[in-house]
Order: sequence, then C-alpha cells, then structure tokens
Amino acid sequence: MISFSAVHKRYPTGYEALRGVSFDVEAGELVFITGHSGAGKTTLCKLAAAIERPTSGSVVVNGQNLAALRKSAIPYVRRNFGLVFQDQKLLFDRTVLDNVLLPLAIVGLPPKEAQKRARAALDKVGLLEREKANPIALSGGEQQRLAIARAVVNRPAILLADEPTANLDTDSAADIMELFKAFHQVGVTVILATHDTQWVRQLNPRVLWVEQGQVRAPGEALPEGKA
Amino acid sequence: MNVWLTQHSVAIKGAWQRLLASPLNTLLSLLVIGIALTLPAAGAVLLDNLRQAAAGVASTQQISVFLSPEASRKDATELESRLRQEVSGKVQFVAREEALKRLQETAGMAELVDSLPRNPLPDAFILEPRNAGPEALESLAKTLSAWPKVAHVQLDSAWIKRFDAFLRLGRLAVLLLAAAFAAALVAVTFNTIRLQILAQADEIEVAKLIGATDGFIRRPYYYFGALQGMLGGALAVLLVNGGVALLAEPVSHLATLYAASFRLHGLGLGQSALLLGIGALLGWLGAQLSVGLYLRQIEPK
Ligand SMILES: Nc1ncnc2c1ncn2[C@@H]1O[C@H](COP(=O)(O)OP(=O)(O)OP(=O)(O)O)[C@@H](O)[C@H]1O
Ligand SMILES: [Mg+2]
Repeated sequence: MISFSAVHKRYPTGYEALRGVSFDVEAGELVFITGHSGAGKTTLCKLAAAIERPTSGSVVVNGQNLAALRKSAIPYVRRNFGLVFQDQKLLFDRTVLDNVLLPLAIVGLPPKEAQKRARAALDKVGLLEREKANPIALSGGEQQRLAIARAVVNRPAILLADEPTANLDTDSAADIMELFKAFHQVGVTVILATHDTQWVRQLNPRVLWVEQGQVRAPGEALPEGKA
Repeated sequence: MNVWLTQHSVAIKGAWQRLLASPLNTLLSLLVIGIALTLPAAGAVLLDNLRQAAAGVASTQQISVFLSPEASRKDATELESRLRQEVSGKVQFVAREEALKRLQETAGMAELVDSLPRNPLPDAFILEPRNAGPEALESLAKTLSAWPKVAHVQLDSAWIKRFDAFLRLGRLAVLLLAAAFAAALVAVTFNTIRLQILAQADEIEVAKLIGATDGFIRRPYYYFGALQGMLGGALAVLLVNGGVALLAEPVSHLATLYAASFRLHGLGLGQSALLLGIGALLGWLGAQLSVGLYLRQIEPK
C-alpha cells in the first residue's frame, strides 16, 4: 500500500532528515513510527502524504509513484489518507461541525449527506454534543479527537496520525489509542508516529524505529554504512 | 445530484454568505464598482440619445436640385420619374413660376421681383431622402449633379458632418473611459479578494493539505468576484436609468420648445443585461488574478 525505497530527504536548509529509508506497509497493518524528537518521524509522514517531495528515492502509494505525479494529481493522492497533523491544524474561526465538514466539501458530498456523516464521525469520537462549539473551547484531548474525526470522516483507506497523543494525560491518550485500535480492527491501515512507546506493549503494532534519518525494526541493526 | 453541481452550488452559496457577512464592506465595494460602471454607461447612453436626436433632424435634411434654365417641362417630368426611382424619400417638384411666387411673397422682395424683366429662377426639385447618413447624402448629391439638365445641386450637410465627427470623438472618449474604469473594477475586486484570502489563509492551507484541488480553492472567490461585479452592474443600471427618468421630463419639455418631439431613453433590457454581464466578467477576472497570484505564492518550491 505504501512503499519507501532508498528515500533521501534533504531540507532546503541543507539538513538531511532522511538518509536512505526503505520500508513497506501492507493494507490493514497497524504501524508505529517511533524515535526520538527530531529523528524524522514527521518528515516521513509528510513524504507519504505528498506534502514534501523526496530528494531522491521513490515513494509509492497505491501503486502511484509520487515523484512522477503531476501537480494536479496530488490532491487525489492525499484523499487516500486521513491525516492527523502534529500541530492539528484545526480551524478556530468555525464550529466543530464545520471543521469536520471541510473534507466532505472538498470531495463534493451533498450538504445533507455531509452533515449526517460529519455527525456520525463526531459521535464516534464522543464530540457530538460539542458540534456547535468553537474548537478553541475544547480541551487538548477533545481537540485531538476532533482532529481524528476530521481525518476519518471521509472513510480513508489509510489513517496517518502524527503524535496524536502528544501533551495528553494517560487517560486521554488511552481513549485515543482505543479509537485507533477500533479503526484498525475494521480494516483501516493505521500509521501512528509517536515518541511515546508505552502503547507498544498494549496494541502490539509493527514498530518502525527512526534514528539518525534511518529506519529499522527494534533490535535490528541500522542498515549498513551507518552505526 | 452530482459532484460538480454540488460543488458549484455550495460555492455560490458560500459567495453569497460572504457578501452578506460584511454588509458595510460589500456596500462600499458595490458603490465603487457601480460608479465605475455608471460613468461609461451614462456616456454611452448620452451619445445614443444625441445620435437619435440628430437622426430626427438629419432625416429632414434636404437636397435642392436646380435644373439648367434651358430645361423644358418635359425634361423636368423625365427627371422627376428618374428621381423617384433612385431616391427613397420625398421628391417635390417646384416649378419656376411657383418659386417666383414664393419669392414675391417674401417680405421686401415683391418690388425687386416685379422689377425683373423675366423669371430668373430655374425649375427645381427638393429631395428629402430617408435614412441617409452624411456620406450617403454627399454621394447622392455628387451623382445627381452629373445628370443631364441638372445645373446645380445644393446640400447643406456640413453641420451633420461636424456632428458626426463629434459623435465619433465622443464614442472614443467613452471607450477610453470604459477601459480605465474596467481596469479600476478589476483592481478593486483583486484587492477585496486578496484581503479575503489573507483572512482565510489557514483554511486554504488545511484544505490543500487534506486533498483540495486548486479548483476547490478558487471556486468560491470566482463566484464572489462575479457576483459582486454583477451587483455593481445592477447598481449602475439603476443609477443610469434613474438619472434618465429624472431628466426625461425636462428634456422633452425643452424639445417641445424647439417644436421637436424627442424622448430621452435609458438602458434597455439587453443593454442592462450586457452591463451586468460585463460587471460579472470583470469581477471574475479580478478574482482569477488574485487567487492565481496567491496560489502561486504558496506553492512549495
Ligand atoms: N521544513 C524544514 N526545514 C528544515 N529542517 C527541517 C524542516 N522540518 C524538519 N526539519 C528538521 O528535520 C529533522 C527531522 O524533523 P521531524 O519533524 O521529521 O522530526 P520528528 O521526528 O517529527 O520530531 P518530533 O518528535 O519532535 O516531532 C529535525 O532535525 C528538523 O529540525
Ligand atoms: Mg514530528
């Protein structure tokens, strides 16, 4: 479903965030991307969702090589994903419900049906009673759940969440992990980037450890040329 | 309902809501756009009215055709039938005796006429060609003067020519004015939409990140620009036709003083629709330039 091969990412500052990353994610997998702060987790997510372009190597999503895509095709690639951003990117000038309606407006769902679906998504994350609230009035955990509702409302094949439990207490984080588990159980491919490894034991995901711009399974040695 | 229809109807609704959301801004923009469209439209209406008023006068423009003194009455009859064939409009024969009588009746001329040994006046025709512009009249006069037995053709169309040149100049001025105000309208829309975009930069960024096409981003602004332009056009129609309604009464009164019947007319239905369409088109253009520039600016390198 997602395939990285020999991916390098050098930012315009000259910093090499990824140095030869290769891995595959199959449909229906639950994958944790872990690593210390600054290891390159977010960079990896951005490359998968065509938000950044690799400097070299190839990123293939659903059989499409992102590097070879025309600019006008990129929005359609992104619609494969439900994206939860590390900085959430909620819109604070509109209601909770309107935030969740945005992805549906983008794909052109008729307003009535969109409302139904948005409410169902809010219900799933337990925010239905807050639909008229402004996101600024939500707690950190509630904002995180709103971001998840917006990500899943389009029923994407891949849920890609960057630090969805950052800055949350253990209970709120547990709620959110439960949500991701539920999506995984109904067949959604779930990819979580997190430096929070306490959930690994509980959810038993596949783990990709990012370190110094490279990726390995835990316990495995770094790919050759690096140590 | 299909996706295309949904997206467009949602965008149109969004544009309306944005117009209504800040009534004061909308009102000010509409005033600027409305006035920018009113000035050239009013100029065009004024010229059109002048042209029609002049056409009313010009249609009574006369050509006098004087026959040579040796032409007989038979020659005159022949000429008359030829004239009736070639000239559409009134053809009136004035016999030389008739002309002399008229001259005699003119104050102060009676004695002079009596003192003449014989009638010095030739037979003549007075033509009133229908629907003839100044060029047509001139060429007709030229043709007629080449006919046999015609001594002289007299045409007083100098003022019409001058007036026509004036109208042409006026039309050019209106055109230049229209171009200048069209540019202003595009600039106003560009700026209005630029401000809106900057206020919604977050929304645009998020929408793009989660799979919005550029079309999705552009659409509401296009509709906003077009709608605003169209409403500005409607305002211009109201202003022009309102002005005409106010002036119509005094103008037709003035016309009766000159024994003319003339009614001032404003923008018709087709012209009004055209003005609305032009407003919409220019607004759309301003929006297109504004959104296009912004999307290029945020495009990652
Ligand atoms: N736009 C950018 N321009 C330049 N350098 C960047 C950019 N984004 C990230 N980096 C650098 O790339 C490295 C990896 O960043 P990234 O955000 O992928 O880390 P991360 O693993 O997500 O960290 P965290 O756990 O703190 O979120 C960092 O050293 C960061 O400074
Ligand atoms: Mg990160």
